[in-house]
Amino acid sequence: MSMILDVISYVSLLSGSIFLVIGSIGLLRFPDFFTRLHAASVVDTLGCLLIIFGLMLQAGFSIILVKLMLIAMLVLFTSPVAAHALAKAALYSGLKPWLNNSGEQSSNL
Amino acid sequence: MFIVAMVGILLGMLIVIIRALSVHGLYDRLLAVNTFGTLSVLFIAVFGFMIGRTDFLDIALLYALINFIITVGILKFCKYSSMNNNDRDVSEHSP
Repeated sequence: MSMILDVISYVSLLSGSIFLVIGSIGLLRFPDFFTRLHAASVVDTLGCLLIIFGLMLQAGFSIILVKLMLIAMLVLFTSPVAAHALAKAALYSGLKPWLNNSGEQSSNL
Repeated sequence: MFIVAMVGILLGMLIVIIRALSVHGLYDRLLAVNTFGTLSVLFIAVFGFMIGRTDFLDIALLYALINFIITVGILKFCKYSSMNNNDRDVSEHSP
């Protein structure tokens, strides 16, 4: 039983870190601000939750499990809200999204 | 297996720092700083598990809160040029 939990925790930690690297590469390579925002926030939150789930399985039934659950809920609720605030602020201050491939870049302020 | 997660987190941090130091604009750098904050929360949590002291989770919890507040605070400052809403920018749309 504990070996099954260990295997699940290792798989979760590995896939979480892979998702984080993929999200960071997307943050570096996408052409427009709004696409970068989408890559960073969605993939990053998933990677965070997977890593914290892997740590939760390593901890066992203790106070550490409650603290990790609190961190996971905090990241789950605040990271998309921050991304939405960024997108709304950028849109209201004039940053236009890159709609089609007509050669005009989005205006990076 | 903690070392694999730590290597992934450090690699992500390095790539995000490259984006944060670029010359693209305000919102790009703010997004990069927010992502770096989330990654550093994970770094502190995994590091605490790696060296055996699990008191580091309190620091991670605190920094997750601070990261969110800083992002929203900087956005508010850039929009209104102040922290209170006394002088509202008249040319913006009112949401």
